[in-house]
Amino acid sequence: MLEFRKDIFADERDDNLIEIGQPTARQDILGHVTGTSPFYDDRRFADLLHLKVLRSPHPHARIRSIDDSAAARAPGVKRIIRAADVPVNLNTMLSLMAGAGAGYGAAGQWGKDDEPSLASDVVRYKGEPILGIVATSERAALEALAMVRVSYDPLPAVFDVEEALKPGAVSVNPAYPKNAFEYYGKYDHQKLRFGDIDAGFAQADLVLEGRYQMSPIEHAPTETNGSIAVPDTNGRFIVYTSTQALFFSLDTAAKINAMQANQLHFIGGTVGGGFGGKVDTLTEPLAILAARLTGAPVRYRLDRHEEMQFGSPRGAERIYIKDGIMKDGRVVARQVRAYFDSGAYTRLSSYAVVKCTAHIPGPYTIPNVHADVYCVFTNRTPATAMRGFGVTALDFALECQMDKDAIAIGMDPLEFRILNAYRDGDMKAHRREAKNCALVECAQVAAEKANWPLRDQFRRMSSREGGSPERGGIADRTRTPAVSRAPAHTSAGRTRAPSVPTPVAPQRMAYERPAPATPVRPAPAQQQPASRHVPPPAAPTSAPAGSTHGAPRFSSVFGTRRR
Amino acid sequence: MKTPIQFILNGEETAAFVESGSNLLDTLRESVGDLSVKGGCWQGTCGTCTVLIDGAPRLSCVTLAETCAGKSIETTAGLRSGADLHPLQAAFMERFAAQCGYCTPGMLMAAKALLDRNPNPTRADVVDAICGNICRCTGYEPIIDAVLDAARGEARRRA
Repeated sequence: MLEFRKDIFADERDDNLIEIGQPTARQDILGHVTGTSPFYDDRRFADLLHLKVLRSPHPHARIRSIDDSAAARAPGVKRIIRAADVPVNLNTMLSLMAGAGAGYGAAGQWGKDDEPSLASDVVRYKGEPILGIVATSERAALEALAMVRVSYDPLPAVFDVEEALKPGAVSVNPAYPKNAFEYYGKYDHQKLRFGDIDAGFAQADLVLEGRYQMSPIEHAPTETNGSIAVPDTNGRFIVYTSTQALFFSLDTAAKINAMQANQLHFIGGTVGGGFGGKVDTLTEPLAILAARLTGAPVRYRLDRHEEMQFGSPRGAERIYIKDGIMKDGRVVARQVRAYFDSGAYTRLSSYAVVKCTAHIPGPYTIPNVHADVYCVFTNRTPATAMRGFGVTALDFALECQMDKDAIAIGMDPLEFRILNAYRDGDMKAHRREAKNCALVECAQVAAEKANWPLRDQFRRMSSREGGSPERGGIADRTRTPAVSRAPAHTSAGRTRAPSVPTPVAPQRMAYERPAPATPVRPAPAQQQPASRHVPPPAAPTSAPAGSTHGAPRFSSVFGTRRR
Repeated sequence: MKTPIQFILNGEETAAFVESGSNLLDTLRESVGDLSVKGGCWQGTCGTCTVLIDGAPRLSCVTLAETCAGKSIETTAGLRSGADLHPLQAAFMERFAAQCGYCTPGMLMAAKALLDRNPNPTRADVVDAICGNICRCTGYEPIIDAVLDAARGEARRRA
């Protein structure tokens, strides 16, 4: 049950919380328990038509021909929708966020348009939509679908992220012929470099390697993805939808249908389970197109099989970790090579890889870190968001590895974590100062709850003590830069101004914990070998004493911005 | 060709024209207009569409509508009497036993079938009663707690 540990960091907040800690009824729960919450499919239209979609039975194939003449004559069929009917039949979801022309080159920050709404020449995963049939009932649409004849030339397919990156591998996505997403149009993966990884391994008493893998995971919401598009007056459409991302879906649907956003009125917010699986705008664009082409309300609802096969899952990941460990328990080097399976198209995976890279090496202070993370295309269902995607599998891998590391050097796994945990003032591998850390305390409370014995010295450790930039292995250039990093230009000749040291005051937020007056290095197992780095005298701090409210103890990968 | 059928829905005589082969789920939602019944898998695996037929929990998506002629059907729409919530509904609210709310109607009906039959269930009885109903959001603990709470409330009311 919920428990607030107000004894921990008690001096950092005044606990003037009004809502937190108090039970509050969901605002929509009366509708839920009476069966009256307005899910998208709880709307009734007398002349409702139904859209069903023909899907590829092959993971990779060339479409030689499509014969839908019998289907077009089938009872109840109102319209067949082909690839040529889709106004903009190529899209990538994150083009809405930083697309071409947003300062990231032609590819945009998160990718090129690479995914058709309806495949016309090649299908790249099993379940890919090829053709839609709008009919007076779902049954009529399904019966007509069974009459469509498609001739395929099956192509070799690739399902493994490492196979896909080998020279000569089958090319999945023509936007990225080498099967790797290209960051900024030129980098085939994300890199993280910190310290000297080779020196770290050379110094280590023990080097341990691990290989970790996670299969795709389907969200399987009890309500499947779906939407109903209804023609309104003035060329507008009202769209009732299960989406988790109402405005994201609206803009995506507008782009694909070459419409203005103000021609679409999306109504949603009552979502029958999402977990990330209702972000991809799987049904709205075609439902709107069908409503445009027929002039009638159209429902496009995935059945359970479609939800499982075509509904995008959490992407598979494969992660290799190599750790260099000292006998005293310090991790001195961590090398990570990770592959994120994007499936056949980009969707959100380019972003997931950035998240993954930003999470390495986990919440631990390690002086030498080296990571390469790839966003790989395969002939699998395109992956999407799901509960911490990009980070979840990595955490699984890192924490398994931490356990193995601890066992390998004969140390208690929790004490091992406490020893290596971020502390306030540590320099992270991303060259950000660790702030408001709490892993030491979390581990201590977890041990206490589980009656897990911790030695006294580990019970006494604190996130507020022992942190310093040097513990991370390099001088802190972020907190107290010696030189202003803003390049100074003269108006005349763009000459760089002489490098005059300009002390910049550390920027601290009101809710940040003040730096400790005397940094104390953690004293781990008995005789710690002399460190290569000598801790400097404590930097004077002008930080405010204590915080002024019960702010959350977050520090995002993007620094100190509260989210 | 549509067939007329009659049944009792939440105590009221109800009639519908059904196509042969129609399931009870679609008949209730499309023909009768009882939208409290939700479809989740349409293949009898998730329990979301659970209704009571003559008091027993049944999966309406794999029940042929024509087999329900003359039977008594209960759905979540009939649980409350006027403004008063059924003890199960009140307990689900109290215990935060619903998150997205989509599995809730089926969960409530499976639980009602249990309490109607056994007003003093054990925790194991509750687990058994809802074992065919999938919830993807909250986890099952708050739901089990809510059903047990409702049972205890029921017992007090009847004493």
